[in-house]
Amino acid sequence: MTPDAMTGGFADAPVQSACGFRAILRALSQPGEIVAVAGVRPPAPLSAAAGTAALVLLDGTTPVHLAGPHACQSVRDWITFHTGAPLVEAEHAMFAFGSWDALLPVARFAIGTPEYPDRAATLIVEMDRLDSDGAVLRGPGIETTARLSLPELQAFKVNRALFPLGFDTLLACGDRLAGLPRSTIVEDV
Amino acid sequence: MSDYNFAYLDEQTKRMIRRAILKGVAVPGYQVPFASREMPMPYGWGTGGVQVTAACLTPDDRLKVIDQGADDTTNAVSIRKFFQRTAAVAVTEHTGAATLIQTRHRIPERPLIAGQILVYQVPIPEPLRFLEPRETETRRMHALEDYGLMHVKLYEDIARNGAIATSYAYPVKVEGRYVMDPSPIPKFDNPKLSGTPALQLFGAGREQRIYAIPPFTKVVSLDFEDYPFEATKAPHPCDLCGDEGSYLDEVITDDRGGRMFVCSDTDHCASRQAEGHGGRLSTQGDAA
Repeated sequence: MTPDAMTGGFADAPVQSACGFRAILRALSQPGEIVAVAGVRPPAPLSAAAGTAALVLLDGTTPVHLAGPHACQSVRDWITFHTGAPLVEAEHAMFAFGSWDALLPVARFAIGTPEYPDRAATLIVEMDRLDSDGAVLRGPGIETTARLSLPELQAFKVNRALFPLGFDTLLACGDRLAGLPRSTIVEDV
Repeated sequence: MSDYNFAYLDEQTKRMIRRAILKGVAVPGYQVPFASREMPMPYGWGTGGVQVTAACLTPDDRLKVIDQGADDTTNAVSIRKFFQRTAAVAVTEHTGAATLIQTRHRIPERPLIAGQILVYQVPIPEPLRFLEPRETETRRMHALEDYGLMHVKLYEDIARNGAIATSYAYPVKVEGRYVMDPSPIPKFDNPKLSGTPALQLFGAGREQRIYAIPPFTKVVSLDFEDYPFEATKAPHPCDLCGDEGSYLDEVITDDRGGRMFVCSDTDHCASRQAEGHGGRLSTQGDAA
């Protein structure tokens, strides 16, 4: 582990994690809404927003999968030092970090069981671009419709068809974050 | 203040609660199990709501706590003091000024706005519990969307009493999927559950469950075509502020049958009185 792994975390964990959580909660309860988070400097290719989600949500009880370039030593060290989360294969992960291409096929992630739909994975997807355009979203948290630049449509349509099962998604780009819970209906423009 | 971690709970516990809240938001109306902690107050005093509030609070929040609509009753005062002491947050009694409202058994009269979070204290989160005591069975019933038993119960109400007799904790269906207990709010408040711009979170400490209704979510009170749901209240205006539309408490005033009706939402009633409205027993205002 390099000394760099020990930097870039929360300086004031109770307050910063509370503010980070409220941003994530806002994003996930109002799909399409893009929120800003600050204060975390994780190693590349982990974005500040994805890093914040990691520090707010991960600990020793949450198996994590790092996909593609995110499985590099610096990110592994950083996650391990700051959260203690065990690194696992996709099938066993409660949380997964990576670009959309690296996370594919998403069908391998946990979608919960009919008795316990909460036992599903949360994917934190690194995006090159995150804007309020593209796919049309409707469902809980959205008054009429919202727009969000999704990496693809078909996977999220399939995921919605599984409701109340399915994975939940956070989209991260730089220091900005948007949420796409499994309850959101995704449509073409 | 410095003797406690921010908002009382340790960070590990808050992370666990936060993960449960997010899963609850993703599956509206589904009860997410969580490892409820012992709190420095007895079960039944809002330990579930307090844990949800503690996991959500930031130093920038303005907290309001109500018990049956009132800001000044024991439960509300003690929980408000608890968070003033352990999180040093600002507090308010005004619904419109609050960012986070913890409530026991009421939804404020004033419509909630976007960005607000309403945290409910829930005693028995499972709407099917009094019909089926086994957790394994109720869990399977939710999984199979098997809610026939609940409709039989409402039907038996009609058969025996001529109307659906359930007047509080009236079951609702969230987004066409999960039947949910809205906590023991009067059924007068049920229509306010649906389509509100605010986020609604429910915490049951003893029963170790968290569930949620995101903003703008469709919440329907269960009923029958020929016996539609009715949001009822005492057919009186408030005796202090004259409001005809607010939910009322009946207060016995003497031992000769004297009584008065007052708004259960103290902030609503006080605001109206401050605006000059008056009721049958008020000493000021238009009807005095």
